Amino acid sequence: MYVILCLCDLVAKNMIKAFYIFVKDWKSEMRTRYAFNSQILFILITITIVSISVSTDISNAMTCGLYWLVIFFAAMSGLSRTFVTEEERGTILTLQLNASSTVIFSGKLLFNLFLLIISNIIITLSFALFLKLFIISNFLIFLLTFILGSIGIASTATIISAIISKTNTRGSLFTILSFPLVLPLIIVLIDLTNLLSENIQIHQVVNQLVILISYDVIVITASFLLFDFIWKD
Amino acid sequence: MNDYQITLDNISKSFSNRLVFKNLSYQFEPKKIYGISGKNGSGKTTLLKLISGVLTPTKGKIRHTYQNKIINQENAFQHIGFVAPYLILYDEFSAIENFNLLSKIKGKYFDLEYCKGLLTRLELYERRNEPLKNFSSGMKQRVKLLFALLNNPSVLILDEPTTNLDKQGKEIFTELIKIQKNKIIVIASNDSSEITMCNNILNIEEFTK
Repeated sequence: MYVILCLCDLVAKNMIKAFYIFVKDWKSEMRTRYAFNSQILFILITITIVSISVSTDISNAMTCGLYWLVIFFAAMSGLSRTFVTEEERGTILTLQLNASSTVIFSGKLLFNLFLLIISNIIITLSFALFLKLFIISNFLIFLLTFILGSIGIASTATIISAIISKTNTRGSLFTILSFPLVLPLIIVLIDLTNLLSENIQIHQVVNQLVILISYDVIVITASFLLFDFIWKD
Repeated sequence: MNDYQITLDNISKSFSNRLVFKNLSYQFEPKKIYGISGKNGSGKTTLLKLISGVLTPTKGKIRHTYQNKIINQENAFQHIGFVAPYLILYDEFSAIENFNLLSKIKGKYFDLEYCKGLLTRLELYERRNEPLKNFSSGMKQRVKLLFALLNNPSVLILDEPTTNLDKQGKEIFTELIKIQKNKIIVIASNDSSEITMCNNILNIEEFTK
């Protein structure tokens, strides 16, 4: 019991420190607009082009594909910045001297997840507004898909951002490395979102939701285990 | 009473195939100022990064102990203050914002009054709310010195600490170092005025061959 309490205390303390990394990144983002502006511009341009060019007889499956495609590339345009800016500005050492690798990864993941959820809400509202065939019959399932998908993309993007920050060809490498890792997730997300056009209940999509939860747990666990090797030396 | 000790146990460090130094054993004890000397590229900075836990040795072990308890290398940063020309703070934030956020990230209490006192001593108080991007390199170096002293760490690691400082800045630095009690202070430098402050000198070049 005592060991469990100590463990909970340690986790709570680390979460508070991670929260302050998130606060630092958010304040920095609000002043420098490294990631946010590029994501918002990408969303605006893509939604405008999609809403102008897509005709009304587009299938629902295609609309769902477009929806997750826009989310994926919006994430690619902004989320890589989280570690890359630290590396480019030379502030990596400052972080290393003030926090453990677990705290740093948690804080960066929190920031990327927050940024991705904001951009995903904008994308979802835009799709609902401009594309008539973006149908959501069950809001609860959609919310679960949305949250689990965002966690999956954000965690993958965060660990890949840490890897590519140590390389010279950062821009292209981020998308190239992310795509094969995120592909299984995107396939399930498209499938689930497509099913939402029909009147389905939660028990009909349990398998897909289990896959999403498993993906998130595996990526986050592997990231925490690997991050120390990426972060040091 | 500070019982902090750092023991280097037969450590070697290499990057890819390039050996930086090998078989280095040494002990750092409180109340002493240690100087690390050696020509450019001899591995002074690498040794400081190893001591602070930013890098890990290729061979050997580094032990941090506090009151005879071994501190996990992962948590050694909690006891260390670090100053170096290549240490960059967040220049979109002011000095106080940097200290406040970084103290909270480190899990330490941010003492605003103590911070203001140090800002005054380092003649930065008037510009405490200005973003660091408006500061000169000498002023940034003063901010880094303040940052290292802020949480009253047991170990001060100073890599060429007076780089970019003017004569007055160097005098303030010397004064501040002299009033540090019970700390392990490690200075890596080629500047004779910095090395003369040290009680013990470790010549890194002796371990490079």
